[in-house]
Amino acid sequence: MRDSLGRPQTVLLLGGTSDIGLAMARAWAKQVDGLRVTLAARPSPRRTSAAADLERHGCRVRELDFDALEQQDHERVVRAAAEGEDVDVAVVAFGVLGEPERAWQDPHHAAELAATNYTAAVLAGVALGRLVRDQGHGMVVALSSVAGERPRRSNFVYGSSKAGFDAYYTGLGEALRPFGGRVLVVRPGFVRSSMTEGLAEAPLAVDPDTVAAATLRAVASGREQLWVPRQLRPVMSVLRHLPRPVFRRLPL
Amino acid sequence: MLDLTGLAQVHRLDLEAGVVEVDAGISLDRLLRVVLPLGLTLPVQPGTRQVTVGGAVACDVHGKNHHTAGSFGRYVRSLVLLTGAGDAIRLKPRGPDPELFWGTVGGMGLTGVVLRVELELRRVETSRIVVRAERQPDLHGVMDALREHDRTAEYSVAWFDSLAQGAATGRGVVMTGRDAVRDDLTAAQREDPLHVPASRRVQVPHTPLCAVNGVSGRAFNEAYFRRAPRRPSTRVEHAFGFFQPLDGLQSWNRLYGPRGLVQYQLVIPDAASEVVVEVVREVAASGHVSCLNVLKRFGPGTPGLLSFPAPGWTLALDLPVRAGLDAVLDRLDARVAEAGGRLYLAKDSRLPRRHLPTMYPRLGEFAELRHRADPGGLFVSDLARRLGLHRPTEGNLHDA
Repeated sequence: MRDSLGRPQTVLLLGGTSDIGLAMARAWAKQVDGLRVTLAARPSPRRTSAAADLERHGCRVRELDFDALEQQDHERVVRAAAEGEDVDVAVVAFGVLGEPERAWQDPHHAAELAATNYTAAVLAGVALGRLVRDQGHGMVVALSSVAGERPRRSNFVYGSSKAGFDAYYTGLGEALRPFGGRVLVVRPGFVRSSMTEGLAEAPLAVDPDTVAAATLRAVASGREQLWVPRQLRPVMSVLRHLPRPVFRRLPL
Repeated sequence: MLDLTGLAQVHRLDLEAGVVEVDAGISLDRLLRVVLPLGLTLPVQPGTRQVTVGGAVACDVHGKNHHTAGSFGRYVRSLVLLTGAGDAIRLKPRGPDPELFWGTVGGMGLTGVVLRVELELRRVETSRIVVRAERQPDLHGVMDALREHDRTAEYSVAWFDSLAQGAATGRGVVMTGRDAVRDDLTAAQREDPLHVPASRRVQVPHTPLCAVNGVSGRAFNEAYFRRAPRRPSTRVEHAFGFFQPLDGLQSWNRLYGPRGLVQYQLVIPDAASEVVVEVVREVAASGHVSCLNVLKRFGPGTPGLLSFPAPGWTLALDLPVRAGLDAVLDRLDARVAEAGGRLYLAKDSRLPRRHLPTMYPRLGEFAELRHRADPGGLFVSDLARRLGLHRPTEGNLHDA
């Protein structure tokens, strides 16, 4: 159960090796003694070391094997995470950036990107929605992206998958409200993480810790959408309304 | 959610013995409006009448006379409990089933649904209170005065300034009272000594921002202190205004804006009185603003397994939710637990689970009792889930 100051007792990371997701878990661990964190991800040395790091931060950590592309994994993992204790906050943090040029030409790569970022995210949402209804409470933090707000030539396949993701979780938030659930859609800009390693930094780039800190504040105050950094909200609002011939010429 | 306010009948009223049997869903307000004109009152009156009798039992509530009269559970002659097994059973403090009775009194509703309550009432000559107010320049003055009034005053409570620092830390207004008799009233009041005012409640609208901030809070604390007379003075006040001053303002919590407030109430045993001083100092230095700050003496508690009151000092604050409040209150929790004190579960919305077994040492007994009364785990609340009260053994295992 989250307390009146918005602090969770248990956190589930779907995509348990995500830099942003782990930064959130560490930030919550600073506020909550004995926070329980469930890392759901494919088994890897990265997951093991993330678990060890969280334990050093005083968390009780559990690792669950989870492959977002396996349809039945979502229900199973969410159920397992809720065993013994309710899931107070679930972070949907898995996703792939892909290779933009391959993504619109190579059918396998295009399908993989769409399946991971959209289809799998919807499956996770179905499982989490059921959980929240059963519990009568719970918060879902969905890691979207400003890339979904207006598709750009440079990474529109990723952008389109995040557009679907964003719309889905925005709607899920409405669906879960009557059951005591809340969904926070987080729209970061360029985040310096392992996902974007080697890419040229976009303007208004931030670190995972910045995204985490802003997300924690938004969870505590019960917000439903968040841009990080916050200047991106007006920036994106303008970009969305630019005529296409103008937008096309922007160096984005 | 179970809402029992539809069950709100008075079933039996014995004027001779001063005993009433009511449905648990009746509010204290409604019950008082029935019995007060007949010269009877509730022996324990909490800070609001907008709670049900069942709720008052479940939280074993206290009032301004705790040091002399104890808490609500002491006046429950019997109650009917609907258990998880579906049986409605009558429980009494000395049996049948005294364990379940004292698990239910203060049991936060987790042993079952209280359906009916048989309550002892107290006879009064008038519906008014003779109130004496005195200013005290600092916390030691407030605490000494309250200790002094332990023996002499029927009712006693102090408001203190939570923002004043330095020499004025914890300055306050000590209020004491006793039931007024006919002779205390003016000629006009004597016409209707048991007068009960009509229910008039002003509704607070939704506010987009918190109205309690550094400026308004400082102004309130200053004004409240200055309003009290420099020299002790006495006046006659209606019991409703004395016991439940906030009841005239409906939805007053909206003044705290969308993020709301945290109520924080603790009890500290006499042996650790210095912790009260530390808490007041820490809050004053924290920059967090509380206006309704109460300090009061508690007398002996009831045998309720999770009942809050215990001999010593109780201190209550209403704090608007702001960044950093969690860290301040977490520090205070640790001090309270260390000093052998506890927090009031009826007001809690954020206590870290690990303090619970220290603060409520009879938690294990409560778990066994709950398991017996509700083996299927039918009755659960948000408080129970957050603190692991609905399955205490499990809940506290992984924090051990």
